[in-house]
Amino acid sequence: MNMKKLLIALTFASGAAFANEGVKLDRAPIDVADLVSLQAGARTFVNNCLNCHSASMMRYNRLRDIGLTDEQIKDNLLFTAEKVGENMNITMPRVDSKEWFGVTPPDLTVIARARGADWLYTYLRSFYRDDARPTGWNNTVFPNVGMPHILWQLQGERSHVEEAVKGSDGKPLKDGHGNPLMKARFETLVPGSQSALEYDHTVRDLTAFLVWMGEPGQLQRKQVGFLVLMVLGVMLVLAWLLKREFWKDVH
Amino acid sequence: MAASKKEPVVVTDLGVLNKPASDLLTWVDARFPLMENWNAHLAKYYAPKNFNFWYYFGGFAMLVLVIQIVTGIFLTMNYKPDAAQAFASVEYIMREVSWGWLIRYMHSTGASMFFLVVYLHMFRAMLYGSYRKPRELLWIFGMLIYLVLMGEAFFGYLLPWGQMSFWGAQVIVNLFGAVPFIGPDLSLWIRGDYVVSDATLNRFFAFHVIALPLVLLGLVAAHLIALHEVGSNNPDGIEIKDKKDANGVPLDGIPFHPYYTVKDSFGAVVFLIVFSLILFFAPEMGGYFLEANNFLPADPLKTPLHIAPVWYFTPYYSILRAVPPLFDSQFPGVVAMGAATMIFFAMPWLDRSPVKSVRYKGPIFKAALAVFVVVFLILGYLGTEATNVWGQAGAWLGGAERATVVARICTVIYFLFFLLMPWYTKIDSVKPVPERVTG
Repeated sequence: MNMKKLLIALTFASGAAFANEGVKLDRAPIDVADLVSLQAGARTFVNNCLNCHSASMMRYNRLRDIGLTDEQIKDNLLFTAEKVGENMNITMPRVDSKEWFGVTPPDLTVIARARGADWLYTYLRSFYRDDARPTGWNNTVFPNVGMPHILWQLQGERSHVEEAVKGSDGKPLKDGHGNPLMKARFETLVPGSQSALEYDHTVRDLTAFLVWMGEPGQLQRKQVGFLVLMVLGVMLVLAWLLKREFWKDVH
Repeated sequence: MAASKKEPVVVTDLGVLNKPASDLLTWVDARFPLMENWNAHLAKYYAPKNFNFWYYFGGFAMLVLVIQIVTGIFLTMNYKPDAAQAFASVEYIMREVSWGWLIRYMHSTGASMFFLVVYLHMFRAMLYGSYRKPRELLWIFGMLIYLVLMGEAFFGYLLPWGQMSFWGAQVIVNLFGAVPFIGPDLSLWIRGDYVVSDATLNRFFAFHVIALPLVLLGLVAAHLIALHEVGSNNPDGIEIKDKKDANGVPLDGIPFHPYYTVKDSFGAVVFLIVFSLILFFAPEMGGYFLEANNFLPADPLKTPLHIAPVWYFTPYYSILRAVPPLFDSQFPGVVAMGAATMIFFAMPWLDRSPVKSVRYKGPIFKAALAVFVVVFLILGYLGTEATNVWGQAGAWLGGAERATVVARICTVIYFLFFLLMPWYTKIDSVKPVPERVTG
């Protein structure tokens, strides 16, 4: 890449970069030790995300760690590969997706470590209809996102309404800077196949899976940690007794 | 084979050995000064008996150095210094290599812990005047270790090839571009390309895994040789060599081995417990040891909104940002940042107090050191945040960013701590220094 391109990129990229930092994120109620939740999340992930997004550093048969057998993986989850030992790659060329969506959908292997669980959980529940966008969708957490609402059949279609907040006297309230105080909410246009609660659970499981996939060894890491600390605890006592014994004659 | 009669035992410098072991030792000693070195550096190296908590950190730094070298060797076996493969190869280590996650987390935790213990080690020297005569060279070798360590960390941080790796390196290398006249060529020469690229990654890998570690090991050896020549300082800041018994052994000295080997072993276990708590339960350390943005692969087309170096560089990064540009050039900031690290070298000659230890120094030095620590921490915190973190000040400051104003004040205080030291250490009152070490 040459210098000119970089300068252009630096000028335009910063404004268009991700994250609407003003949005308050919901806490993701996930449990990465809950295998049922992780398996449900894996199903949602493979069926919906793994068409445009890859998880190229994740091997299919690593799903054995969340309680699935090679047979189950092969029969239910293996759409983009031939063998369970392969990684979760996709067939869509990066050049094409860039043309279609304006941006290449990022690899999701470690996306949860970059974005955080709360961000993912809120983001996937914040899509709304916006005819001004080429995809017809927008998002309050990630404004003007390139991705359409891929789970819309589950959640349904919603609009995003901002309205002035009125005080008890019926007059519009103002904020500290004298601007009208606005309150935003989602309004259902077309109901989806899941209730709001069911959809929250679907996204919770999906988020849990993404967090687990970000570091599949995270449960093992903590188990090993407890073991190491126990050994060190014993060594601590021995080292202290040894020190005390040797230092008896130092005054 | 029947149990034969017992071998006669021989008393050697290593303790009581049986005959074959003693013969072997004699054989080696005739060819290599094994016992001589053992005695000079361990068994007959006399350290003051009053070392306190602060005297653990030098040993911890050695321990972390070993951890970094050993884990680094294993990481190199699977890491690919190639812009197209680097990011994925780190995840390969985390997922596919047996215990790779442990090796990688040890290395990433070790990097931050290295700086933590080195900062505390340096603070100890400032507390007790360990840089004062006759330990000036010891201090200079230590400072060189610190500078090389910063280079080592900087080069290493590019290797995971995440967004922060890439943009951090881009920002730092661009600093050299601020040097008048030769700047642009200089930064081009460092990168080997017009932007941070595969060429940069390859050379940074070479620096990180072989060039700087070699320099570091050499400097550590020099640091230890200098230490064992002049002997350790202690919390009282007095020379134990001034009072010796009939055999020439310092009255307040105890042999490093076994006394401090057992004491430091205990300390090492405590350190490893803290190390393990981070490594196994919070390896990202809330984004301070492993930054969230570094889990996004490097993308030259997408600048992160907020580029911050890892925590151990942030005091200097704050100073860099605090200094206003001159004639549209960031060079003054770069100079200030460089000066902020280099000024430590002058400490042996800046401190004019007749006593070494803070215990016997007066209230002015104590206040100055306390203010310096606070200022260093504030600068460190501000360096992790965007400059608008505290919002805008009122009209009386021309609406300047509060954090920038604070960083500027702190930068001035930072330098005044050193520049005024000859004056305030001279006029400061001192307490009488004891003849022998205390508690």
